[in-house]
Parts: sequence; structure tokens; C-alpha cells
Amino acid sequence: MWRYFTPAAAFLVLGGLFAYALVRIQNGTMDPREIKSPLIGKPAPTFVLPTVTDKQVAFDSTSLRGKPYIINVWGTWCPSCREEHPALLALSRRAGVPFIGIDWKDDSALAQQYLGQLGNPYTETVADDDGRVAIDFGVYGAPETFLIGADGRVLVKHAGAMTEAVWAEKFAPLIKGGG
Amino acid sequence: MTPRTIARALALALLCVTLQAPAIDTQAAFTDLTLQTRYEHLTNELRCLVCQNQTIADSNASLAGDLRREVREMIARGDSDEQIKTFLTARYGDFVLYDPPLTARTFLLWAAPVLLVLLTVGIVARTVLRRSREPIEDEEPEDKA
Repeated sequence: MWRYFTPAAAFLVLGGLFAYALVRIQNGTMDPREIKSPLIGKPAPTFVLPTVTDKQVAFDSTSLRGKPYIINVWGTWCPSCREEHPALLALSRRAGVPFIGIDWKDDSALAQQYLGQLGNPYTETVADDDGRVAIDFGVYGAPETFLIGADGRVLVKHAGAMTEAVWAEKFAPLIKGGG
Repeated sequence: MTPRTIARALALALLCVTLQAPAIDTQAAFTDLTLQTRYEHLTNELRCLVCQNQTIADSNASLAGDLRREVREMIARGDSDEQIKTFLTARYGDFVLYDPPLTARTFLLWAAPVLLVLLTVGIVARTVLRRSREPIEDEEPEDKA
């Protein structure tokens, strides 16, 4: 009796585990490549970067202090950024918080052209040409989206394309009166 | 053409291929050999976060290049290996280290090999003991014609 029960039970447990993981990966609530950010709950990195529209103009992230804002790391070379663009446009219109775009290791001329053609969800777009600010944010792939709280701390991070579902689940509950 | 000539030609062709293999790390080496050794050691135990199963020394991902640059600059600036690892784990977590520290969260990771050996020894011991209690049959009468 045990001779049959043990392997059968082991098979069912493993099979159940695989099925659970497959379903969660399929609907996007689980990402096996996700790296938990150690920055959550910690003060967000500050940066001074040139804007995409005018490389002579510098944007200082400390000017955002005192109110929540979104950091979205993207690039014109990144297919998932194009995929999330309509969602970003819609969300930026109604979220009630500024969206700061970090154009990561990109050509600013291409970035301007991209935003001109597809619409601009960003209050400000800065150019991180050498990728140093992205490293400070622990970015490992574009797109990545961060919500920074009014106290300057990182509240949540999402790696991968932003969607209405991700926003509703992870971001909107953390923004007072927004989303 | 004799088989020998063909073999030689093939070997030569393969040699050309290896000679052409492009270097992943295109930056100039440190002139100080101890610094270069530290650099090579560090980049070989830091994980590339994009490919995830390669070190930053092995990977030609753009982020790996950026991280090699950070490591190179920090070494040149006189930072210790510990400072460099702290810099990276503060941003990417312990996952960036191929040699993760022993903490409450990584305990199972470190204990798993020992636990698996103990489990195997237990199963083998149980099986051997049970079999040793069974009578030994030298001959199987049914097989005899």
C-alpha cells in the first residue's frame, strides 16, 4: 500500500506546485526573474540629470520633495516600454502625481521623436546616458516603475511593463486620492 | 587530399575561429597586477542581473558592462572589496553575490546539501537494515528446469 502511496503523493505535491506557479506566471502576478529591491522603504536615490529636450538644462530630483511621484525607467530600444506606453499615458493623466521618465542609455534625439509620435506621459524626462542613476535605483531591465512617497522613500517597485492591473494592485492603494 | 591534410586544414580553420573570439571586457587592464587580480576576482563573483546565470565578467549585457565600470572605478579609487559588495547589495540585494552570506533568509540554501545527505544516508540505512533481516536465498528453485 505505502509502496504506491508515497510516489503518488510526491507526484501530486510536485504537480500541484508546478501548476500553481504556471498559473501565477501566466497571469503576471509572479515573475521568476524578479529581484526584490532592497530599496523599498529606504530613501530614494537623488539625482541631477540633463533633460532630454535640452541637454544644457539639468533636472534635480530633490525639487520633487514633499509630494509623491513616479519614476519610470525606459528607453526607445526597449520593446516592453512601447508595450506599456498606452497604459502610462492613461495613468499619468488621472494619477494626480508627476511621472518622471528616466531615459536609460538612449539617444535623446530618438527619445524626443518617440515621445512626439506616441504621446508624452512624463512631466519631465531626463537622460541617464551612462546608466549610473539606473544603477543607484537597482534597475536591471527596462521598463521599471517606482513610486516615491511624500517623505522621499521608495514605496513600491514594478519590473516589467506597467498595466492597469499592476497599477490597481500595487500603486493606486498607496497614492492618496489618486489612481 | 589525404585525411591528414583535411584534418590539418580543419584544425587551422578552427584556430582562426578562436583567434577571432571577441573579448567581452573591452576595457584596458589595470597596470597594477594586484588591482587587476582583485578586479577579475570580483567581477567573477558578481551576478549579471539581466542574464541572471552569468557573472558580470562573462556577460556582454549592457548592464554588466556598466557594473564592470563601477567595480573598476571603485577599485581605482581605493575602495575595499567589502565596500564594493556593500555598494552593489544596497542596490540589487544579496542576489548580486554568487557567494551569498549566511542569514536567516539564506539558511535553507546553505543547509540544503547537509540535509539532503542526511536524508539519503537515512534512506540507505533503512533499506540496508531491512534487507539484512530478510532471509538470503542462494538458489531459486523455480528457475530450475
